[in-house]
Amino acid sequence: MPTDPRLLLLHPGDSVYVLRDQIAAGETVLVSGTAVAFAQPLGLGHKIARVAVAAGEPVIKYGAPIGRATRAIAPGDHVHLHNLASDYTPTYALEGKA
Amino acid sequence: MRGWLRSDGRKGIRNVVAVAYLVECAHHVARQIAAGEDEAHVIGFPGCFPNPYAQKMMERLCTHPNVGAVLVVSLGCESFNRFQLEKMVAATGRPVKVLVIQNEGGTKSTITAGRDWVRAQAAALAAAPTVPIAASDLVVGTVCGGSDGTSGITGNPAAGIAFDKLVAAGAACIFEETGELIGCEGIMEARAATPALAGEIRASVAKAARYYATLGYGSFASGNADGGLTTIEEKSLGAYMKSGQSPISGLIKPGDIPPKGGLYLMDVVPDGEVRFGFPNISDNAEIVEMMASGAHVTLFVTGRGSVVGSALAPVIKIAANPHMYARLSGDMDVNAGRVLSGEATLEEVGQEIFDLVLDVADGRQTKSEELGHREFILTYKSFDPIGPACLPV
Repeated sequence: MPTDPRLLLLHPGDSVYVLRDQIAAGETVLVSGTAVAFAQPLGLGHKIARVAVAAGEPVIKYGAPIGRATRAIAPGDHVHLHNLASDYTPTYALEGKA
Repeated sequence: MRGWLRSDGRKGIRNVVAVAYLVECAHHVARQIAAGEDEAHVIGFPGCFPNPYAQKMMERLCTHPNVGAVLVVSLGCESFNRFQLEKMVAATGRPVKVLVIQNEGGTKSTITAGRDWVRAQAAALAAAPTVPIAASDLVVGTVCGGSDGTSGITGNPAAGIAFDKLVAAGAACIFEETGELIGCEGIMEARAATPALAGEIRASVAKAARYYATLGYGSFASGNADGGLTTIEEKSLGAYMKSGQSPISGLIKPGDIPPKGGLYLMDVVPDGEVRFGFPNISDNAEIVEMMASGAHVTLFVTGRGSVVGSALAPVIKIAANPHMYARLSGDMDVNAGRVLSGEATLEEVGQEIFDLVLDVADGRQTKSEELGHREFILTYKSFDPIGPACLPV
């Protein structure tokens, strides 16, 4: 299915794409054949869901699990701290940043 | 390529005077002694209380193949065993001198005596004979720092390709760190040279996971998340790409020197109960451990953009992120970010890193060397010796 060339698939079994370039706020991007509008800008290296992942199911990148969905993830969703958590140790992110 | 032959058979690619302080109280004097002398590199341990790990690390670093002479700077009342360190260094045939500040008459007279000695040694080292060296003489380490979502798809796999080429050429290559390989234990143990080694690898990662769980958080900095990384497993898989495709020949701990060529995993997480805090408090602590295991050169892959180098052994900085490279190109030796824009393949960048390792081994200065970066940090840790299954037969 057609996908924006900025979305990089690292492994055929992956549930996420990796951004090889930035996405600007308000852009519409083709993800697995579906046009997805992005309200927020996204930086190089961030992940976008390629397939739906149910809450509690593993998210796959490099062909290996990188943690579990903490809520249902739809294709085209930004996959990050708000919907993915480690099976090992929690992730620390700096609070109070704009 | 030419280098300097040491009495243990190893060969150095630099020939420097190490100025080693044995407690923070002697740090200023050591720094002043080395100031203005290009070939004098300051290393040291800040703690006043004894620690077998720190003693071993300082002994290994003072007898690193890049070190040609050692000046030890002691305050006088610290617990570090300066007598044992001096004996160890002297046994290798290297010139060694110990200055005890409390016996030398204080700061000024110790600095004067130290500078005279260092200047004379540096002149002697500059005239020392060289011998041919080959890739098979090299120990190459790799670390990553300031990782982001690009590290695992450009810089780290390119470093892995360079590692494969170095291992094929007979070099010993070391990757780490077990705290940043959490989640990779299954795929990693499948590459172990023996089933017993596979068990050791799995146990080392399990130890790291336990250790970090006790601390309450993993080896994951806030900037990692800004760069698109979400979990330690994800960061780990990216870091793991640095290891390339070669079979894993052995599992070593800091200060263990690879007995022959091949790929080695370094277990950097302390043994026993959690003591002394975070295993490696910043990237240079990892580079120091690579050097203690004999690394002549360390490949440092960075996405967010680290600028550090190291005392004693050159650091090759590999930019994973093309946007960061555009901002920090003055600090970067390799732009692996070209892979993302399609300007180069991973194979091409891997070859470039391999070629650069050999050039740097032959004397070419890295960016961090040119800029005068000489970072060094050593803190308290505690290790048990490695088991018999950890090394190749």
